[in-house]
Amino acid sequence: MMAACSTAFTSRAADAMAAPPSAALRTRPGSLASRRGPLPGFGLSLGVALFWLSALVLIPLGALLLRPWELGVSGLWRSLSEPRVLAALRLSFLGALTASAVTLPFGLLLAWVLVRDRFPGRRLLDAMVDLPFALPTAVAGLALTALYAPNGWLGAPLAALGVKVAYTPLGVILAMAFVGLPFIVRTVEPVLRDLPREAEEAAATLGASRPQILWRVVLPALAPALLAGFAMASARAIGEYGSVIFIAGNMPMVSEIAPLVIVTRLEQFDYAGAAAVGLAMLALSFLLLLALNLATRFWRPV
Amino acid sequence: MHGGRSSLAGTLLLRGLAVLVLVLFLGLPLLAVLAEALRRGAGPALAALADPDALASIRLTLLVAAITVPVNTVGGLAAAWCITRFRFPGRALLLALIELPFSVSPVISGLVWVLLFGSAGWFGPWLEERGLQIVFALPGLVLATLFVTFPFVARTLIPLMQEQGATAEEAAATLGASGWQSFFRVTLPQIRWALLSGVLLCNARAMGEFGAVSVVSGHIRGETNTMPLHIEILYNEYQFVGAFAVAALLALLALVTLAAKMVLERRGGGA
Amino acid sequence: MSVIIRGLSRRFGSAQALQDIELSVRAGEFVALLGPSGSGKTTLLRILAGLDFADGGTVQIGGVPMEGVPARRRGIGFVFQNYALFRHMTVFENVAFGLRVRPRASRPPEAEIAARVRRLLERMGIPELERRLPEQISGGQRQRVALARALAIEPPLLLLDEPFGALDAAVRHGLRRWLRELHNEMSLTSLFVTHDQEEAMALADRVAVLQAGRIAQIDTPEMVLERPANAFVAGFLGQAARLPAMLRDGAVDFAPLPLPPLPREALVSAPDRDGPVQAFIRAHEWRAEPAAPGQANAVLRSARPSGGMLQADIALGELTVEALLPAGPLRAGSPCLLRPLTARLFPA
Repeated sequence: MMAACSTAFTSRAADAMAAPPSAALRTRPGSLASRRGPLPGFGLSLGVALFWLSALVLIPLGALLLRPWELGVSGLWRSLSEPRVLAALRLSFLGALTASAVTLPFGLLLAWVLVRDRFPGRRLLDAMVDLPFALPTAVAGLALTALYAPNGWLGAPLAALGVKVAYTPLGVILAMAFVGLPFIVRTVEPVLRDLPREAEEAAATLGASRPQILWRVVLPALAPALLAGFAMASARAIGEYGSVIFIAGNMPMVSEIAPLVIVTRLEQFDYAGAAAVGLAMLALSFLLLLALNLATRFWRPV
Repeated sequence: MHGGRSSLAGTLLLRGLAVLVLVLFLGLPLLAVLAEALRRGAGPALAALADPDALASIRLTLLVAAITVPVNTVGGLAAAWCITRFRFPGRALLLALIELPFSVSPVISGLVWVLLFGSAGWFGPWLEERGLQIVFALPGLVLATLFVTFPFVARTLIPLMQEQGATAEEAAATLGASGWQSFFRVTLPQIRWALLSGVLLCNARAMGEFGAVSVVSGHIRGETNTMPLHIEILYNEYQFVGAFAVAALLALLALVTLAAKMVLERRGGGA
Repeated sequence: MSVIIRGLSRRFGSAQALQDIELSVRAGEFVALLGPSGSGKTTLLRILAGLDFADGGTVQIGGVPMEGVPARRRGIGFVFQNYALFRHMTVFENVAFGLRVRPRASRPPEAEIAARVRRLLERMGIPELERRLPEQISGGQRQRVALARALAIEPPLLLLDEPFGALDAAVRHGLRRWLRELHNEMSLTSLFVTHDQEEAMALADRVAVLQAGRIAQIDTPEMVLERPANAFVAGFLGQAARLPAMLRDGAVDFAPLPLPPLPREALVSAPDRDGPVQAFIRAHEWRAEPAAPGQANAVLRSARPSGGMLQADIALGELTVEALLPAGPLRAGSPCLLRPLTARLFPA
């Protein structure tokens, strides 16, 4: 489904050991597994993996796909077209896209420095990039709130400038940017590392200036990775809950995110209504990732 | 690095900007947590951690992680083994489905269990008749955490095992090793650092998960509150020192995880 | 231990990797499977080891049918192309592995295992490496460790997949001779896969040439080289020029190439019937004499001395022919009269 997210896996092209499906047909009992290859454990590992996947992911998600239809199509529509729901969905999606777009140049900057620069403490910076990955979202939410609240270290000077961050949509976007940053850095980094320096050096010998090299040689090569990183950061930010709700202020129609609507509806035992919002989020994320995936393909004329 | 003065200046400028972004945007929040926790000194912070409800939340968090991490480790190992050592129809689909929980909102990860086992869920009434409680109890917390930490181990192992290929296990087979002998003596030692790294990440997420468990917890103090949920309760009650003290403890866990991951990655290039 | 393969076939999807392989190896023989990449030689070796499976046909090793016997029960020594040493084990542990994983009943005591491992490492000439990890030793040393590991289980049959493929030329030559001696001394039966014809010729008692999943010829190195069974073998071995020609009236006519015809008596081999043919002529089977520009049919492009002979590139019309000529008055740029001494013909 979320094709953009599986880029982490390096899937190898057809392996010479591939056992054709037909081979399994003419085997004696008990030798089916060995027909797959010389190694044992196919049946066992596939069985465990399928049980694990079905019990923990597929069946529960099945419930999410089916429950909303209890409302009927028109009921589902009514449930989703409440202004408060629409506002929350809009904030989650537009906020996530804005946050990822704003983070993109910073992610590129960090990836660039981590790959191309060598200085003491670089490894520490490298590890720091993963902080939003590792930091529990509630802790991140609390920290950002403390920092950007009107009396916080950064919130106070910003307030003096007339910028309110905490308890506004700006705070939501800030928290989304925080959780999305590592996705962009970690997607761009390996591609940048594999980018041959010779191409840039060749461009330099041909008389290109540094901005020209960056714009005409480096960025086009990185574009697919940047898009993929943008997609992953957005996907994460759309669903983000813990780091956002502390700083958001959660005012309906203004700074309330879609996941919070789900929580609220669940508290009112409106299961179908909650599932409807969940389903809408999944469907919209899927469409977004699909569009970005197609854009990536378009960018990479193979 | 090379080139003239302007290129050196550019390098320094970029380096400075990168450091600034990391420190301001990522480092400062961490510092803020520690500062808020210690605002009135170490005493009150430690006292907040020694509070019975806080201790109960720590115990519950450890218990949930102790159940979920092994389950997802075994499942992840099995999935990585069949995906990287065999070819079968549906292999690519399995690979994609394993990643699926990463692109699902944590709140949805909790919601799905309520839809199944909540009082108005598919199996809710049936469970209620028999006096079994899943949602708003430990099983619900475990299930929600299992869902969100599902991909970690498989995801760290699969690229590595794919790259290593099956020849070492094949060599073991020609030397007479059984499947389990080959797994424990050849496969496991070859993937141990990646496995450990995946387990650590899985554990960090399991202990720190907020959205998913928030939905299934019911927030019963001393019973179904994990550490992240306890933070929220304290914060909403304006017990800031306590909230930040627990948060600092979780932040410490994140730092230890990151440090361990750094060490593991240096070790044999992640192998 | 003898190996008998009958009618063996293997498909990968729509590709036929092996087709109707018939091959018998006598105990004590050293046989090379030679062929270009993709000819199925590695697949054949893997099927023998139980690492891959045939779609049809039978394999008998030492008179025992191998159908349904998993790799770990075959007791065959297998040396992998890139050695597949266990990276986390020392050299000693690598070699001891096959003994240590035996069921308790047949597992030798640890002291005996150690003695056997040391004896083998001694025999391989690397006793000092036992505590090293694979990444700490050279390619040639890894090759010896892989061999020692395979031999530790005292296999009646040794299979080697491109055993020298990853080594540089100097190391390769030394190891080659050493492996042949080892085979003789330990009275092994060995099969090895290679794409290097020189290697196959230097090592093997018999060479099986594989072509697109079939055995094109199996013979002694001399016979394979002198009497190739078909055009593929003739082209694959011995670096021959391949020329289109016509066999008629007891002679080969090379027209439109400006070469003199060759009488049938001069040919090494030829089809019985007249008709279009492919003629294979090796470098040392050419002669060239200086000729006046009017009588010349070729021009010597370049020449360099090679062991008392002259290695020459000769332009024949649009073709360039490599020839190994007796030293003579020819030099670069000389017009000359080029003629073949003999040829091997196959129907076109």
